[in-house]
Amino acid sequence: MPLAPVARGAAGLAALFLLLEAITRAELVNPVYLPPASTVVATAARLLLDPVFLASVGGTLVAWGLGLAAAAVVAVPLGLLLGASRRAHAATAAAIELLRPIPSVALIPLAILLLGRGIDMRVALVAYAATWPLLFNTVYGAHAVDPVALEMARAYGLGRWAVARHVAFPSALPFVLTGLRISAAIALILAISTELIAGGGAGLGTWMLSSSQTGVPRELLYAGIVVAGLLGLVIDRLMLVAERRLVAWHPRLRAA
Amino acid sequence: MTARGLGLRLSVLLGLIAAWQVAATLAASPALWPPFTTVAGRLWEAWITDPAAWVESIAPSLGRLLAGWAGAAVVGIAAGTLIGLNRTVRDYLDPAMAFLRAIPPPVLLPLFIVLLGIGDAMKAALIGFGAVWPILLNTADGVGSVEPLHRDTARAFRVPRWTVLWRIVLPSAAPRIFAGLRLAMGIAVILMVIAEMVATLDGVGFELVQAQRSFRMVDVWATILLLGLMGYGLNAALALVERRVLGWHRGATATAT
Repeated sequence: MPLAPVARGAAGLAALFLLLEAITRAELVNPVYLPPASTVVATAARLLLDPVFLASVGGTLVAWGLGLAAAAVVAVPLGLLLGASRRAHAATAAAIELLRPIPSVALIPLAILLLGRGIDMRVALVAYAATWPLLFNTVYGAHAVDPVALEMARAYGLGRWAVARHVAFPSALPFVLTGLRISAAIALILAISTELIAGGGAGLGTWMLSSSQTGVPRELLYAGIVVAGLLGLVIDRLMLVAERRLVAWHPRLRAA
Repeated sequence: MTARGLGLRLSVLLGLIAAWQVAATLAASPALWPPFTTVAGRLWEAWITDPAAWVESIAPSLGRLLAGWAGAAVVGIAAGTLIGLNRTVRDYLDPAMAFLRAIPPPVLLPLFIVLLGIGDAMKAALIGFGAVWPILLNTADGVGSVEPLHRDTARAFRVPRWTVLWRIVLPSAAPRIFAGLRLAMGIAVILMVIAEMVATLDGVGFELVQAQRSFRMVDVWATILLLGLMGYGLNAALALVERRVLGWHRGATATAT
């Protein structure tokens, strides 16, 4: 009898775990450096109840949330403007094309020198990295507004602001939310990377940095990786659920 | 493009540079806020026109970047094709892949250092691990959404499976695959920089951290601009390849920009 997709998925996860367990139990690498997968998973479960560890995760989430919010405040209105105005789009094209390829992590050393190692440095870097996917998706969404709907709204005498509020924004919203989900993943990478490089302050990256020092059992470090993966997964799934709920009316999702 | 159009396109960029120059001059603390002209001059003499910098830093960085990215392309396209063609395989692998993909790649640095040391292999592996996901997922989507009529026609004419794969499935998935390759390039640049910042003795990322640790602000700015130029150049090169390979495709001009 063929398995249901959920059972298949669970079998796949179990196989991944058994593979890692077999590799680690074979002790190809000294088990002091590479403890068995089961030990790591048990440690991760224990960490999820450890208040000190949870405070670090909370620290990372604060920088993540503030940075993502700042990016949304800047990128969404700017994206709608660039999507609606051909002139604004042309004027910013060269600046955006040259700024975008600058890898966000390359700004960490600069931000350390200018802003120190505190929370504002982390938030600034997270915001910078999270701005781009949001901006591009919003512009794309604003371009994808149905021209007939725009014409009609104008024909009924709606002003510029009303058109933006009732026609352009709702129809761009699904794209904005997709951008937000991509940005959320990148923001998490940046939040943890800044902590790994700059240290200082409570955060998952800082916690991992101190667990990677000699003398600390390795399974703690690897359990941190497992928790980081779970965190990324939970954020992604929550965003996906929110996305489906908020724009359930949209034809793109209705068709699916 | 008309002179007016060009002027409009460059206006914000030139405005930003002018604002930087004026603000830096007014701030009058060149140690912290060097003017644009100083930074551009440093970029020119310490990086672009210095053969040693190319050999000792830029070449190793590009080598790691391209090795990781190319490895991700091979694995991502192969696995993506398999998953896209076979619903059952996809069901088995989906949750495991979702978990692996959700791990922010920088946290894997300590693990990769234990497994592979701090050499080029570790960096290429880290870059590859981060860059593989967009290629894999885009390939799977592209392969999975081949026009059914094309596939049915091939079947009706009893075209061999490999020929179907090479002549129909992969070409029709190519635009999506290239979209994945472009996303992967952006991720690869980020991971190259971070791997070089944490564990290495050469490369552009290493020079950047050295400049920061010794408070050489002009070098920090110049190296950031260099990394921006590298990212820009890699994107442009990839867009060029894409336009060549996808020249036959209707949407090529739209996707190549």
